[in-house]
Amino acid sequence: MTLDKRVFKFKVEVVLKNGVLDPQGEAIKQSINFNNLGNVLEVKQGKLFELTVSSKDIKHAFQEVNEICSDLLANSVIEDFKYYEVSE
Amino acid sequence: MIWHKETSIPKIDLLVLPGGFSYGDYLRCGAIAAKSPIMKAVKTFYSNGGFIIGICNGFQILTESEILPGALIPNSTQKFICKDQDLIVTNNKTLFTSGFKNKATISIPIAHHDGNYFLTDTELQELEQSERIIFKYENNPNGSIGDIAGVCSENKRVIGMMPHPERAIDKDLGSVSGLTIFKSIIAGF
Repeated sequence: MTLDKRVFKFKVEVVLKNGVLDPQGEAIKQSINFNNLGNVLEVKQGKLFELTVSSKDIKHAFQEVNEICSDLLANSVIEDFKYYEVSE
Repeated sequence: MIWHKETSIPKIDLLVLPGGFSYGDYLRCGAIAAKSPIMKAVKTFYSNGGFIIGICNGFQILTESEILPGALIPNSTQKFICKDQDLIVTNNKTLFTSGFKNKATISIPIAHHDGNYFLTDTELQELEQSERIIFKYENNPNGSIGDIAGVCSENKRVIGMMPHPERAIDKDLGSVSGLTIFKSIIAGF
């Protein structure tokens, strides 16, 4: 059956929801502004995942990635996620 | 002792999810442990009305498993904090806290990097109204919303707390407040 499967690559971004304290982002913002690199109003630090998925077709791959995100990669209490397919 | 790869729980009165740093806190604290094989059995144990206490990482695993509400995020100070904390007992009507006077101040140490309890304002109100907050910090060390140090489930049979009661059971170690939790449990059965 594996012969029928194709390989797809995705990127998943997970960021904290608005209103969730992000002390790392705050420390980074302070450093940017302290070093006169720019006038940054807000920094949110998130996570980037690169997934290589073996699946029947792109539709199933998207469904699987969505489940991976909502079930494990992001905690819906504190985080939002988005994902997109990327070429090799 | 039940190994995380096991899939069933023997007949027991109380389940303890202890502290530690399961899976190195990778992804999020407690997130990967919450997907361990044993956790399906833990959820069933909870659904059947079992008593559970989750301490520190155990609390984080219980929130990640959605057995308890909210989430634990990095301390607002961005530092690991290991020191005694004064706590206020805000609900002494649970199996775990019946040995305390209501509103009593007790001392139990914390030892965590991710103990900053997060809830939405609506959820916070709900927990306040349903008396599900059982311990509050007197001096909030980590940014927890509502100064919350410990909460319980709707049926009051599951509690999660960031402080370590097992480290406060002997006068020579500084405090015996934690011992009262274990004595309360025994007295309640």
